[in-house]
Amino acid sequence: MAATEIARQAGEGARAVPLSGHVGFDSMPDQLVNKSVNHGFCFNILCVGETGLGKSTLMDTLFNTKFEGDPTQHNQPGVQLKSNTYELQESNVRLKLTIVNSVGFGDQINKEDSYKPIVEFIDTQFEAYLQEELKIKRTLHSYHDTRVHACLYFISPTGHSLKSLDLVTMKKLDSKVNIIPIIAKSDAISKSELAKFKIKITSELVSNGVQIYQFPTDDETVAEINSTMNGHLPFAVVGSTEEVKIGNKMVKARQYPWGTVQVENENHCDFVKLREMLIRVNMEDLREQTHTRHYELYRRCKLEEMGFKDTDPDSKPFSLQETYEAKRNEFMGELQKKEEEMRQMFVQRVKEKEAELKEAEKELHEKFDRLKKLHQDEKKKLEDKKKSLDDELNIFKQKKTAAELLQSQAQQAGGSTTLKRDKERKNSGFL
Amino acid sequence: MQATDQREPYMELQEGSDSELWQSEVITSFYGNMADTAKTTHPQPAGRPEKGAEFGYVGIDAILEQMRRKAMKQGFELNIMVVGQSGLGKSTLINTLFKSKVSRRSVMPSDEERIPKTIEIKSVSHDIEEKGVRMKLTVIDTPGFGDQINNENCWQPIMKFINEQYEQYLQEEINISRKKRIPDSRVHCCIYFIPPTGHCLRPIDIEFMRHLSKVVNIVPVIAKADTLTLEERDFFKQKIREDLRVNEIEVYPQKEFDEDSEDRMINDKIREMIPFAVVGSDQEYQVNGKRLLGRKTRWGTVEVENTAHCEFAYLRDLLIRTHMQNLKDITSSIHYEVYRVRRLNENNTHPSDQPNGHSNGVPTHEVLSHEM
Repeated sequence: MAATEIARQAGEGARAVPLSGHVGFDSMPDQLVNKSVNHGFCFNILCVGETGLGKSTLMDTLFNTKFEGDPTQHNQPGVQLKSNTYELQESNVRLKLTIVNSVGFGDQINKEDSYKPIVEFIDTQFEAYLQEELKIKRTLHSYHDTRVHACLYFISPTGHSLKSLDLVTMKKLDSKVNIIPIIAKSDAISKSELAKFKIKITSELVSNGVQIYQFPTDDETVAEINSTMNGHLPFAVVGSTEEVKIGNKMVKARQYPWGTVQVENENHCDFVKLREMLIRVNMEDLREQTHTRHYELYRRCKLEEMGFKDTDPDSKPFSLQETYEAKRNEFMGELQKKEEEMRQMFVQRVKEKEAELKEAEKELHEKFDRLKKLHQDEKKKLEDKKKSLDDELNIFKQKKTAAELLQSQAQQAGGSTTLKRDKERKNSGFL
Repeated sequence: MQATDQREPYMELQEGSDSELWQSEVITSFYGNMADTAKTTHPQPAGRPEKGAEFGYVGIDAILEQMRRKAMKQGFELNIMVVGQSGLGKSTLINTLFKSKVSRRSVMPSDEERIPKTIEIKSVSHDIEEKGVRMKLTVIDTPGFGDQINNENCWQPIMKFINEQYEQYLQEEINISRKKRIPDSRVHCCIYFIPPTGHCLRPIDIEFMRHLSKVVNIVPVIAKADTLTLEERDFFKQKIREDLRVNEIEVYPQKEFDEDSEDRMINDKIREMIPFAVVGSDQEYQVNGKRLLGRKTRWGTVEVENTAHCEFAYLRDLLIRTHMQNLKDITSSIHYEVYRVRRLNENNTHPSDQPNGHSNGVPTHEVLSHEM
């Protein structure tokens, strides 16, 4: 049998070779893009912010559609996340857009745990992807990716600084998702206040060590625009789905008695910048960062938590399998222990119940005995009484006969009148 | 370094070739699609009537441009393996395909003397660039295949090599901290050279292709096709296709992986032409006032890129211009996954495995879900 020799020549540093004619692999990017177009794209946005900051309206404005949903009330008991998926199509690009809204954020009196449902949601999506990736039979290429690609954090336009709830939430989220902070309803702030507000927010974020998403500046084509935009963060946006006639065009705007705020006017608000950055320039980068940075971090932490470690390369799959086996045995052992415990507890309970029942039985017996005794006592007493009554009766009878005897004797002795005798006879007849 | 020859735009085939060529249709339809993705055309977001391009346009299709930019920056990788007996023109064909001296053979002619005693697997990487698109091309040569007297199990070293590449990728993938971009050394395509006997497939060909079509994409080609006349060529091809069908060998493009009817149509046309009868050459000759790659003989010059002469152009288009991404996709999502399933299952000795499509039958799943 032929043996194999594997020789890797010029391994890592492959030499550059000039081409003497047109080969044609410059169509590769096109092939790649074509495949993606056929497949469709996924994009998931998470909107976090207090109720009433215009999250749903902004989404409607960004994507030019009316997504469903009514404005939420303020009396939610806790923070919940509502997610909706929409299929949008533009020219030949199909986008599966998922918008997740935080409902009830900031409405509670005690807001300590407000960030938890959000973090849990993000983790759940990562977990689902991790599970799919670790399966034996998996379908990664047709998997509907639900991981959150971008988190738009809505800051309320107080004009002063960030609220502590905002800081805490953003700190918890910055290692899990790309955060893009935006100032909502920014038509409430004047231009000068806005500049100060932005500076204050940025400095607070920096001093608290919150890492927000920076638009990438390594690709020359977009480096310039991205770095300018990085300086405009957080974006001050205004959302509106109503149209107003300005000049001879219909534009999206909000109309006030003192003027009209045009959404797509760069002097009025940063909506256009947000749209540029979020959709037209960096959508792919957001997805990539989510996959390569946030997801990898989650995966690493999760696997390390479960006790897997990287060992030497040649024993990797074995050690992984061994760890799996060990974990499995451990788990089965635990299961068995729990089963034993439960069984013992059950037996215990049965015994206790039995003892109780026996007690009850005994008590009943005792009671019965007592009652019986009482009854007998009573009976005896009655009999005694009866006996004494009988005795009395007997004595009386004796006395009576004795009395009669005396009478008859007296009669015999005396020869008294028959009348008396008759009377006595009558009397004795009565007796 | 950029290609210096400017005379061949990518639509070259339409110039000097026959009218009913499938690949020109394919290319135009491809590039026709590309033209539509220009940003200024009409968007139709769900539910909104069109009000005017400025107003209604969101810009979702800009993601295509973003993807393209990212791809250009990252560059591409392609790993091709050539298998065949010595003397069939493997190295020459690769050089012709990529219009450069990528194959070692032509660099060190002293190697031509030596017939290796064992099958070797030599893998050489090159960086090539065209119009801003960078590609790392790895050519895996297998000198010694089929050259011994006893060729039993000659596919085994090759199969082992392919599986080793899968193993390497798998190891990297299940690492805890893994690289941003896992280096892909998996063999995307294996070109198998059939000697131009004109009769039918030999047993070694059948054995090899039968074993390897399960783990890698095989593209069979008839080597040195200038020794066959057109009738002999057609007959040979028919016989080969018959043999492949009888032995249930699925070569690329595999019927079962056609995604939709459009794919099937394109791929059916390709399947009717397999195996391609190719001629390779890296020397240019003057024909009709043009300098063309060809082989000059006393009775004429065989033009490599003339589709009336040989089918090299079809092969090149298939491998490079239209189906390269598809080759890589099938390798990564089908062949690699099959390997992975097998590998992860063989270490698992638990009897309660249920390998059906929905549950994943591995204890890890239970472990994961319960330990969270």
